[in-house]
Amino acid sequence: MKQLECPVNGLRDISEFQYLGPRRSTRSDDPDTVVAHVFFAENPLGPMVEWWRHRPSNTVFLAERHTVTDQVLRTWLPTSPET
Amino acid sequence: MPFALLRYGLSKGHRPFRDIPATPDLKRSYDVVIIGGGGHGLAAAWYLSNQHGIRSVAVLEKGYLAGGNTARNTTTIRSNYLTSESIRFYREAVSLYESMSEDLGFNVMFSQRGQLTLAHSDATMRSFHLRAEMGKLAGARIEVVDAQTVRELCPHLHMDEGGLHEVLGGLWHADGGTARHDAVAWGYARGAAAKGVEIHQRTTVTAIRSTGDRVTEIETNRGTIRAGQVIQATGGLNGQVAELAGIRLPIRCFPLQAMVTQPLKPFLDILLSSANLHTYLVQSSRGEIVIGGGSDPYQLASTRSSFDQKVHLAQGALHLFPFLHNVKLLRQWAGITDMTPDYSPIMGASPLSNYWLDAGWGTWGFKATPVAGKYMAECVATGKVPDIIAPFALTRFDRFALLNEMGATAASH
Ligand SMILES: Cc1cc2nc3c(=O)[nH]c(=O)nc-3n(C[C@H](O)[C@H](O)[C@H](O)COP(=O)(O)OP(=O)(O)OC[C@H]3O[C@@H](n4cnc5c(N)ncnc54)[C@H](O)[C@@H]3O)c2cc1C
Repeated sequence: MKQLECPVNGLRDISEFQYLGPRRSTRSDDPDTVVAHVFFAENPLGPMVEWWRHRPSNTVFLAERHTVTDQVLRTWLPTSPET
Repeated sequence: MPFALLRYGLSKGHRPFRDIPATPDLKRSYDVVIIGGGGHGLAAAWYLSNQHGIRSVAVLEKGYLAGGNTARNTTTIRSNYLTSESIRFYREAVSLYESMSEDLGFNVMFSQRGQLTLAHSDATMRSFHLRAEMGKLAGARIEVVDAQTVRELCPHLHMDEGGLHEVLGGLWHADGGTARHDAVAWGYARGAAAKGVEIHQRTTVTAIRSTGDRVTEIETNRGTIRAGQVIQATGGLNGQVAELAGIRLPIRCFPLQAMVTQPLKPFLDILLSSANLHTYLVQSSRGEIVIGGGSDPYQLASTRSSFDQKVHLAQGALHLFPFLHNVKLLRQWAGITDMTPDYSPIMGASPLSNYWLDAGWGTWGFKATPVAGKYMAECVATGKVPDIIAPFALTRFDRFALLNEMGATAASH
């Protein structure tokens, strides 16, 4: 992956982006999942939903990316409906 | 011996010899099954067969022998960590390397030439004082040195006086060294095979079945086998293999990349590392400059290498040795590293009573090959986790008892 599609600014060079890690299925304020939330992050072989930030415009968004082929399947803003 | 060698040299009809036997058929059951034929799995097999007399052992390797991170690492061996638990453990790792060629009867080309980590800021110098004192306490040879000593240890280094990355001093670790990674794996494999351990290459574990809290069967692409005890040492894919056994590990996959230049005349006889530049260099015995180690900035389970990392590693190397600017790169490569939250491994017991973990070795596990093998074998042979590896238990995350080695690991493996 050399470029990433920012939902606001379009296709930009990967060096403009910051990786913020997988979207978590656990919560930090739930005592049952706090350990999982802090230490046991998602690590699938395959499509994964994750957070990214376009640095110059400070746009935080979601991307679905394949963790083996490194292909980005789609990107979207957290405010827009997930299709 | 020299006479025998001469006679052998002059004789006709030399028969090729095979260090590692060809893959046999799988038996129905083994006392111990080791998943992963990298350095760690093979070292455990060697200790089981050579020190504990356990010979019904099968090592299952999905590719070719030691073709995972054991084949891809930059072979830094050192013990200058931060926590006393780690230093104690890695100290023993270094000392096992010191006698490894003799112990195995196999030349692993251990070269204890010392490691120098550079400080380009006062803050780094202060953290080096902490690491030096922690190391001395544990008996490692480690000290903080000034810029003049750095110049003497590494005369060709660009000191960048007055520049952005001026070298203010360093952390000198006389115990640091390198070894030939393939030879380490082959030496353990040969010694284990000689005692009856079966090494199964191209044998992928595809499912792990358990009853109650015990693993009973291991399914592979070549058939299903029963196992008394199991050691998992599958490198970058440790998280995924543990999931086959229903065990969740706090591991994320990141590729780590390195590269190597054309051979040059010897000019660098120490291991050199800079935390600020995220680069380290070592000249191999062939004269090539090995340049490591850059991690990709996002999760990926792929061994592709990238142009970004080539640029990043070249920049660091050129900053330290500007005269390398005309040198050609021969190769660049990557290995999938199994990164833990605290940059320490996960060793010992698992939720299953006969399933032992040797995982989370990330970017720093080559140096631990002998010591991890030794204590993993002890777990299996005695059924108890030895004290020295107890702090690295998987349960430390539930107890929030981390062993944070990020500061001692991130740029110098
Ligand atoms: C570029 C790079 C540089 C590094 N530099 C250093 C360094 O300088 N110093 C240092 O100490 N460490 C370093 N490391 C880390 C070090 O390489 C590893 O931590 C260490 O080699 C791990 O050894 P291992 O035997 O546990 O894993 P590996 O050597 O990766 O072996 C695991 C084996 O398991 C096999 N396997 C996986 N899944 C299955 C399955 N389902 N069934 C059967 N077999 C399976 C794999 O094919 C593999 O051969 C570096 C790593 C990289 C990538």
